[in-house]
Amino acid sequence: MLMHLPVLVVLAPLLAAPIVALMRGATWPWLLSTLVSWFALLCAVLLLIQVQAEGVIIYTMGGWEAPWGIEYRIDFANALLLVLITGLASVVMPYARLSVEQEVGAERSPMFYAALLLLSLGLCGMTATGDAFNVFVFLEISSLATYTLIAMGRDRRALTASFSYLVMGTIGGTFYLIGIGLLYVMTGTLNMADLAERLPAISDSSTVRTGFAFIVTGICLKLALFPLHLWLPNAYTYSPSAVTALLGATATKVAVYILIRFVFTIFGPEYSFGAEPLAEVLIPLAVIGLLSASTVSIGQPNIKRMLAYSSVAQIGYIVLGIAMGTAMGLTAALLHVFNHGLMKGALFMTLGAVMYRMGGTNLSDMQGLAKTMPLTFWAFVIGGLSLIGVPLTVGFVSKWHLILAAIELGWWPVVIVILAGSMLAVVYVGRVVEAGFFGEARDPTRREAPASLLIPVWILIFANIYFGIDTRLTVDIAEAAAAQLMAGGVVR
Amino acid sequence: MTISELMFPPAFIMILGAMLLPVVRASFRPVLLVLVPLLTLLMIWNLDDGVLLTARFLGYEVELVEASNVRRLFATIFALMAMIGGFFAFQHARVVEMSASMAYAAGAVGVSFAGDLITLFLFWEFMALFSTVVVWCGGTEEARRAGIRYGIMHLIGGIVLKIGIEGVAVQTGSIEVQALMLDSFATWMILIGVLINAAAPPVSAWLSDAYPEASPTGSVILSAFTTKTAVLALLLLFPGQQVLIWVGLYMIFYGIIYALMENDMRRILAYSIVNQVGFMVVGVGIGTELALNGVAAHAFSHIIYKALLLMSAGAVIVQTGKRKCTDLGGLYRTMPVTAICGTIGALAISSFPYTSGFISKSMISQSAAYGELAFVWYGLVAASAGVFLHAGIKFPWFVFFQKDSGLRPKDPSWNMQAAMIIFAVACVLLGVFPSLLYQFLPYEVTYVPYTADHLVTQLQLLLFAGLAFFVTLPLMKRTLTISLDIDFFYRKLGPKLWKSFVHWLVVLNGLFQTLVIDQGKRLPQLWIRYHGPDGPLARTWPTGSMLLWVAVMLVVILIGARLL
Repeated sequence: MLMHLPVLVVLAPLLAAPIVALMRGATWPWLLSTLVSWFALLCAVLLLIQVQAEGVIIYTMGGWEAPWGIEYRIDFANALLLVLITGLASVVMPYARLSVEQEVGAERSPMFYAALLLLSLGLCGMTATGDAFNVFVFLEISSLATYTLIAMGRDRRALTASFSYLVMGTIGGTFYLIGIGLLYVMTGTLNMADLAERLPAISDSSTVRTGFAFIVTGICLKLALFPLHLWLPNAYTYSPSAVTALLGATATKVAVYILIRFVFTIFGPEYSFGAEPLAEVLIPLAVIGLLSASTVSIGQPNIKRMLAYSSVAQIGYIVLGIAMGTAMGLTAALLHVFNHGLMKGALFMTLGAVMYRMGGTNLSDMQGLAKTMPLTFWAFVIGGLSLIGVPLTVGFVSKWHLILAAIELGWWPVVIVILAGSMLAVVYVGRVVEAGFFGEARDPTRREAPASLLIPVWILIFANIYFGIDTRLTVDIAEAAAAQLMAGGVVR
Repeated sequence: MTISELMFPPAFIMILGAMLLPVVRASFRPVLLVLVPLLTLLMIWNLDDGVLLTARFLGYEVELVEASNVRRLFATIFALMAMIGGFFAFQHARVVEMSASMAYAAGAVGVSFAGDLITLFLFWEFMALFSTVVVWCGGTEEARRAGIRYGIMHLIGGIVLKIGIEGVAVQTGSIEVQALMLDSFATWMILIGVLINAAAPPVSAWLSDAYPEASPTGSVILSAFTTKTAVLALLLLFPGQQVLIWVGLYMIFYGIIYALMENDMRRILAYSIVNQVGFMVVGVGIGTELALNGVAAHAFSHIIYKALLLMSAGAVIVQTGKRKCTDLGGLYRTMPVTAICGTIGALAISSFPYTSGFISKSMISQSAAYGELAFVWYGLVAASAGVFLHAGIKFPWFVFFQKDSGLRPKDPSWNMQAAMIIFAVACVLLGVFPSLLYQFLPYEVTYVPYTADHLVTQLQLLLFAGLAFFVTLPLMKRTLTISLDIDFFYRKLGPKLWKSFVHWLVVLNGLFQTLVIDQGKRLPQLWIRYHGPDGPLARTWPTGSMLLWVAVMLVVILIGARLL
């Protein structure tokens, strides 16, 4: 069985999803999805251990060797991401039961859990596969699941949010497809490793250049790089809480991973940063996006929306790390992918608990939370500190590396931008904490959220602290992954 | 204790204590408040010199515990302070405050033993976080605001320090805590970051802004840790950096001038912290063995007498609810213990012979004399007289003596009295038996405080300063009856030089106020307008507009590739 781990991560939820969809009631679909998610997490963790022990794992689908068959290729970078996705799914699933019962309703539960499974398997598939077209397939699976899930939000604006994401997401997907189509024309292969081998010889052709432009633009739309982020705030704000948690923590991160894969493995850093204006395009956008989205966050009355804009800002940090084009920058980006997943997952889930008790996530709902819902409130505080980057949280670890990378290049203005972003985070997190700590509760009789919501939240909060103190796992893996990626191309 | 036996840093005991405090029964809390620091002390004094505990963090081998004489001395006084301060507080303070104070002290102990810059930074931020909570525990609207300003100040300080540390890490590859040269941007950033915590100019104001707004028990705790860990960091990182002499001198006079103009008794004492830390910063700047010994000794004795002074002020506030000198007076009749202890503290801060201040501060001024820094020496001696004026006489005179204010409060609860008596005895003990302290200083002490010459000089100085105080008493009083009137101050004291000096001090301080404190409210209007909740950047945009951006990005990449 250990041999089949790479495909099991994807296959298990894929098989379970139709069964879940056919079930009745709310409990059984939930139970099965939760168990399947846990199984996927187990597989992902085993995979990571295997990669650490043996190096890159290559799995050929059905025994068909690439380029005829599809191959899955697991190295440090995607093993780490698989753990993040399946880990978040494993925490969100048990959390979802009460939250979904209230926000979506019992009768639609089977559909909901089936879609959630499809979302997580789509994301896992994009991450695990070594085939560029297969990425597109899974991208569409996860996107379609996402459109469905967003539309299930209680607010009626969820429908327009879902529709506009559908249009924009499809454009992103199509751009990507056009891009790999162009590459296929030139190289005759869709296998990533083969692409990496064949591209250098023909990289001067304008077809390849155009392919590069389409792919990067398409992915940047999916990862919500400023100013292509306009679909994100509404999509996050109006989806059900459990969906926002999973989306916010993982969806854009997988797109980031695909970008990294193309820039470093397939095109190679020399081409991407030498022949293509990648740094020149990404750095200004990342910097402006980081400052602009953080500032927008400050004024948002709805905290869920505030965190959505903050996610756009965090994408700015990640893209900044990628655009530096150095091993240290890439390490920082990978670290922040993982760490931001932990913090945003925790924060969105905390808001879900607030939603469950208060019926909304506006600043006014957060008033006096320290007294009425202390565990929820302190979870938000710790998650917020992590978002700011306070020492002993994961946020500190990734920002530390990002600043280190900037100093290494001598980019002092960028250092200042990163720190300015942290200051803005202090303001937007601070106003929520202030309202919760000093504000008067609207209804002092409201009680603490139920344990089935709080336990998953606190698991993630502890993860935020644990990985902030014990950095061996994350930093070492991110460094190893960055080294693998910088080496470029094929690791046979 | 050998390396293998050391499982955790001493600070962890206190962190654990801080976590236990809120969950144990109320009757067990005082036991915990005394026991935890006591255990920490025990551990501190069993540490051998050298690096004792390392861990891997952020890809570096960090030295969680590195012990040496001076580090042990600072950790000792921090733990001691946590113990007596906690004991002083336990009947009045909220649980949150006691717990946060313990965590804050743990941070200070952690910084004391930090063998590398990353560990130092971690505990540094830990202190910033929990000290902000202590300020907030003042519980008033002013405390809330002051706490926010305090938090932002330390956040900026932390960021500056972080840039410096990362810069040093990149440039030298070493994160060791060792004497640094001020030859790069990064080391300057470290210096500035540390100086912000030492309440150096131009940001001295955060201290007097925040500390007096904490609860009566909270300000006792606050007085001890932040500035003194900064002094220790300066001592370890920047010994003998000339620039510190001038920074320190500025702080000394800043503290005196503002304290003389102040009416709130805790604010007087807060300014006097800046003043006293100024002495220590000057000592670090001089950097000779005698000076550094003086710095360590002065930090030790200053923590004790400043805590004692703030305890007596806190006791007065708890018993009367009043904090302005003009509302108080004549309390010695009904609060004899507080009055006596407060007066002993006041004598100690004025370096009265046979108090702890006498044996420590003189080491610093003496080192200036030996170092042939005549100007510095004059400054320090003049400042000693100034200290006597503002803290030595002004505080006890207007609070405990002077005219009868009609208030008849009793002495505070037994634990407050006991805490004050312990520290008062410590002040005198250290003064009478200086070797108690001298044996633990970083370098061997050859200095003898009790010479006829030194005694006579100091007594003369105090005598004339005291005389000056009572001669100018009407002036001193007038400053108290009205809110701060700076005009009056510099018109009376005449010379133009003086006038412009004070003027610039105020201007600088005002500049800081507008640049840092008010600026948060005045971000550029345009930016706000575009990013506000209804600004264009926060709106839901039509799908088509994003298509435009997609097209723009595609074209830019395509054309960019042609240009490269």
